[in-house]
Amino acid sequence: MKKTSWYSKAYMSVALGFLYLPILVLIVFSFNESKSRGVFTGFTLDWYVKLFHNEMILSALFNTLVIAAIASVVATVIGTLAAIGINGMKKWAKSLVMNVTYLPIINPEIVTGVSMLLLFVFIRDKFNVDMELGFFTLLLAHITFCTPYVILNVLPKLRQMDKHTFEAAQDLGCSPAQAIWKVVIPEIMPGIMAGFLMAFTYSIDDFIISYFVSGPTSQTLPIAIYSMTRRKVSPQINALSTIIFVVVLLVLLGSNIVEARREKRLNRKEED
Amino acid sequence: MKSRYSAYPYVIWMVIFTVVPLLLVAAFAITDSSGAYTLENISAVGEYTPVLMRSIWLAAIATVLCLVIAYPLAYILSRKTGSQQRTMLMLVMLPTWMNFLLRTYAWMTLLEKNGIINRLLGFIGLGPFEMINTQGAVVLGMVYDYLPFMILPLYSIMTKIDNSVIEAAQDLGASTPQILRRVLIPLSMPGITTGITMVFVPAVSTFIISRMLGGGGNLLIGDLIELQFLGNAYNPNLGAAIALVLMVLILLCMSITNQFDGEDKEDMII
Repeated sequence: MKKTSWYSKAYMSVALGFLYLPILVLIVFSFNESKSRGVFTGFTLDWYVKLFHNEMILSALFNTLVIAAIASVVATVIGTLAAIGINGMKKWAKSLVMNVTYLPIINPEIVTGVSMLLLFVFIRDKFNVDMELGFFTLLLAHITFCTPYVILNVLPKLRQMDKHTFEAAQDLGCSPAQAIWKVVIPEIMPGIMAGFLMAFTYSIDDFIISYFVSGPTSQTLPIAIYSMTRRKVSPQINALSTIIFVVVLLVLLGSNIVEARREKRLNRKEED
Repeated sequence: MKSRYSAYPYVIWMVIFTVVPLLLVAAFAITDSSGAYTLENISAVGEYTPVLMRSIWLAAIATVLCLVIAYPLAYILSRKTGSQQRTMLMLVMLPTWMNFLLRTYAWMTLLEKNGIINRLLGFIGLGPFEMINTQGAVVLGMVYDYLPFMILPLYSIMTKIDNSVIEAAQDLGASTPQILRRVLIPLSMPGITTGITMVFVPAVSTFIISRMLGGGGNLLIGDLIELQFLGNAYNPNLGAAIALVLMVLILLCMSITNQFDGEDKEDMII
């Protein structure tokens, strides 16, 4: 194995600098006493204190977490069942359903957002359903764009699975539902978990689709951030960025350590 | 397996929340506000050709820049091993986990007239430069926000390229440019096309980056659509027509890039 050459090291450093310097500047200015975004006048934690008393941000954070939790659980249930069903479909039906599954993924988010806005307005106007844009429409939209990711995570696991185990379970007296619950689900659990986590993070992070289907009453955190950047800017947004960065860093570090430990254990087992 | 019934809730859900809404977009695009059939909206999109061209042009520049920056980076990453590889990959992907609004906002503060870059330049007697509210700033924002979308597919395809393949090419007398052209690029083609779509699609349809970094003078297609639905120019029929054009445009682009690799992409998207 060749040693890494100096120019690839230099390239890596420049690229990482490009990725991190803007975030670093954001973080530094969250501790700035004045509102200036160019000069550092003195250290303060005021913006953090103000952030924790900011009603709009706190309720938006609450909405985001509730929507992400419900949407990712519902998406995981619907998506897992769908993947099991799709796996057993005939070829033409399978490719038809998969094409629809890819639609929200390849479509620009703005088109998805606009199309759902049209649907909700259409339902409200034509069927006189009392459905204002807000929490409920946000939830429906999030479930819709999360479910395909669950399916894409579960399907490969189903394909890897030996299909005879499902039949064997039924031969041994399981009903199809029991066979799915006791044999198939445990087998594809890693895919289900990966899909769930992906759905959860996408839901938390989504701005564009939420922006179109949220009303004035229910905001999510990204929408609150957007309105903060539009209005007179306060360093509270820097403080918020810093907190998000630290949380993400801790989560990623944690999952990496867990992963590394598991790998080590696996290696040791192989050596034994 | 007789288990296909378990997909029915999903199929019904997707018909209601994906297929019907897209049909509604098409229906709105070919009707006027009273619901009568018209082609006026579609032809009105023609008036916005400069905006359309600008969106495609800026997104294309950003995509090429992402590819040029990400390709060596992904290669370097893919040649690392074990925990070093995992750490480096995490370092590259970490900024993506911050909401892109915050990342775009960071550049807003850096580029503005009294921002840090102009101040630093001021110390050495340069500037101040007009950096924010320019097309350059919009491209920079696109590159910064979407660069990881290019790195990830390139990286995952390059980890599958064995070092011995490259060494074999070297042993047979290939120069570095030759290796790149005849070995690396052909082998990483599926990653390149996935990366291009993953950067181009969000870049061409953005309305946030252009609004935050481009000021009012650099409207993109995304801004136009947003203005028709939520802005002052409220006209959902025209907005639907523009969205329809955007969708067709992207499907066309994707079918062109797909020509370059005939492989099944099912596992590539994630």
